[in-house]
Amino acid sequence: MKAQKSLFSEIPKSPTIDKVGVEERVSRFQTRSIKGATKMKGLSMVLSMIDLTTLEGKDTPNKVRQMCYKAQHLHNFQEGLPTVAAVCVYPSMVSVAREALKDSTIKIASVSTAFPSGQAPFEVKKIDTQFAIDAGADEIDMVISRGKFLAGEYNFVFDEIAAIKEICGTKRLKVILETGELATLDQVRRASDIAIHAGADFIKTSTGKIQPAATMQVTYTMLMAIRDHFDRTGVMIGMKPAGGISTSKLALHNLVMVKEILGEAWLTNEWFRFGASSLANDVLMQYMKQVTGKYQSADYFTID
Amino acid sequence: MTESNNNWEYAPSLEGTSHIQLKEKYDLFIDGKWVKPSNNRYFDTINPSNEEKLAEIAWASDADVDLAVKAARKAYVEVWSKMKASERAKYIFRIARLMQEHARELAVIETLDGGKPIRESRDIDVPLACNHFFYYAGWADKLQDAFPNRMIQSLGVAGQIIPWNFPLLMAAWKIAPALAAGNTVVLKPAETTSLTALKLAEIIEQSGLPAGVVNIITGHGDTGAAIVNHPDIDKIAFTGSTAVGKLIQKSVIVTAKRVSLELGGKSANIILEDAPIDQAVEGIVNGIFFNQGHVCCAGSRLYVQESIAEEVVRKLKQRMQSLYVGNPLDKNTDVGAINSKEQLSTIEKYINIGINEGADMFQVECEIPSKGFYCRPTIFTNVAQSSVISQEEIFGPVLTIQTFRTIDEVIQKANNSPYGLAAGVWTDKGSRIFNLTSKLRAGVIWANTYNKFDPASPFGGYKESGFGREGGLHGLEAYLK
Repeated sequence: MKAQKSLFSEIPKSPTIDKVGVEERVSRFQTRSIKGATKMKGLSMVLSMIDLTTLEGKDTPNKVRQMCYKAQHLHNFQEGLPTVAAVCVYPSMVSVAREALKDSTIKIASVSTAFPSGQAPFEVKKIDTQFAIDAGADEIDMVISRGKFLAGEYNFVFDEIAAIKEICGTKRLKVILETGELATLDQVRRASDIAIHAGADFIKTSTGKIQPAATMQVTYTMLMAIRDHFDRTGVMIGMKPAGGISTSKLALHNLVMVKEILGEAWLTNEWFRFGASSLANDVLMQYMKQVTGKYQSADYFTID
Repeated sequence: MTESNNNWEYAPSLEGTSHIQLKEKYDLFIDGKWVKPSNNRYFDTINPSNEEKLAEIAWASDADVDLAVKAARKAYVEVWSKMKASERAKYIFRIARLMQEHARELAVIETLDGGKPIRESRDIDVPLACNHFFYYAGWADKLQDAFPNRMIQSLGVAGQIIPWNFPLLMAAWKIAPALAAGNTVVLKPAETTSLTALKLAEIIEQSGLPAGVVNIITGHGDTGAAIVNHPDIDKIAFTGSTAVGKLIQKSVIVTAKRVSLELGGKSANIILEDAPIDQAVEGIVNGIFFNQGHVCCAGSRLYVQESIAEEVVRKLKQRMQSLYVGNPLDKNTDVGAINSKEQLSTIEKYINIGINEGADMFQVECEIPSKGFYCRPTIFTNVAQSSVISQEEIFGPVLTIQTFRTIDEVIQKANNSPYGLAAGVWTDKGSRIFNLTSKLRAGVIWANTYNKFDPASPFGGYKESGFGREGGLHGLEAYLK
């Protein structure tokens, strides 16, 4: 195990993070003025960045079909709305989603590697991933082995990500750090650096099963890792906060953060996503408020 | 998947000004009344962000100062010194609450008259000013507990002269402890920023504070000199430039007046190689660009350990590009207008000196309004300890950056200045914090943060940065015998 740890020294040393300073910085993103046309554009961008998600034990083909329909028809009463970026489902539901979405441009993301705990043998994780790809997944959302990470076995975590990336080939790989289990921002930063160096196309905060999930402090820390990597290599990495972002306001604050840290190049669903199940309707509600001047009740927005 | 263009500009969001009430002409607040200046002189106060006139301000003469001091003395002898401390506290609490009720108006006027971003006046200046009154109101009837085994006696009449960088906050720093300790006050705000002090006078009037306990008189340097030289003043409290501080020191040295001076600074902000770099970069930005660098304790001398210097400077430049410079009333604005034309030319003079000294300059590339006084956030690298720009106080958004190799070296360099107001230390190691903070000769030292203020925390300097402390119990003691 000692030898393993020393191999890790090839990866640049992660910088230390001061939590108090991060909180202060994050609070500044929340005071930018987003209204009028800026708000409309922002809300529209948020919609287009959503990975509409259902990840439940009780998921059924019909549930997934209905969600896929919603993904393509967010709010039929309003023209000019984008669709969401992707739907996110379990591997067993990928083929259903594929059929439901047909030739739509909406991507299918599948979680894998024994989501959400990641507590399965390496071989099983590989099969899990291959299964999702064979079923038609465009993107893979894997989880890291937090147990190994917290035990200091960084090489294990690195190798696992690299192996899954190999299976993914050209399919984009999102690496879920499950930051709620990593506890400190220093750990979040270290896990981000490992994931990026192991081949992640996206880094993602959480599974949505553990609280806290995508806090702005955590997303900020991960965005800084992406920033540093880009400055060193010129390679862009995507970011996906997931879990806990259910209001438009918080989503817009996230966009402010992306704009100010990474720049507008990241303000597209190619590089930024929200993993969410209930965010879309809140955004639609705010959007329609901007259009009509009135808040409509939740009953005027379809559940799925 | 929608591929739309991804430009996303923030909406301009100007804080409204319709709710504020400004008079066309302001007289002097003496003995609880608004009094015309004896020689009927007035001067204009302008909005530095667009050079438009806001109001006319009375210019107090020697005779007016005398009137104010007499009113303060009478109020001291007849009312304030005799009043029960718990009653005094009630008045101070009432002023604090009224300030809170007027917080929005005070913030907008502070921004209009001084040029600082509304975000700062709204979130920092005004709430802190209120908190100073609340804090000292709480001590007013507990002086015996604050200073045990001591006969508690107030000083009498305090003459207070405040600067233009934090007009309302400085008025609060001065007035609140003086009143809590049982003194009466003659206060003069700076000539470019009289309005919030005059608003405070209106609030004080509204609070029913006995006439003459607080007198607020406006004017230029001669008015200040008249306060300093008035024979019936017991204590002079001054915040401002070191040059004026020295003059005050000279003129009071032959009198029995007590003095406290809070003067200039050229504070060192020190980044060690193990620091949390991204947060340190925030601290650098906050240290030097807060209030356009018009901060006596601004972290204007940056010392970065050589092994991380390149990275820190690169990240600092990157961060500076996301600063919004412009109309101070816009809620998005990070850096507002320079307080006055004179100050802008001083800053520009130093920028030219820096260029002529051969230092490398970097300025934020951004549009700045064509009217009004603005200066782009500026940093200089390739600077030496002996460069003029790293020795003298610029009082603007201009940072000098030097590197160092060892901790002993940086302690020596940080202390190698005629000033000693503040310092910042950035490191992940607690032991290093204690090592540096015990060796740096500065009145205030922040660890892993910068420009944080609290009414309970004393503030003041070493060497040419002045003497005496404001804030906390130290600030209260300065108004007791």
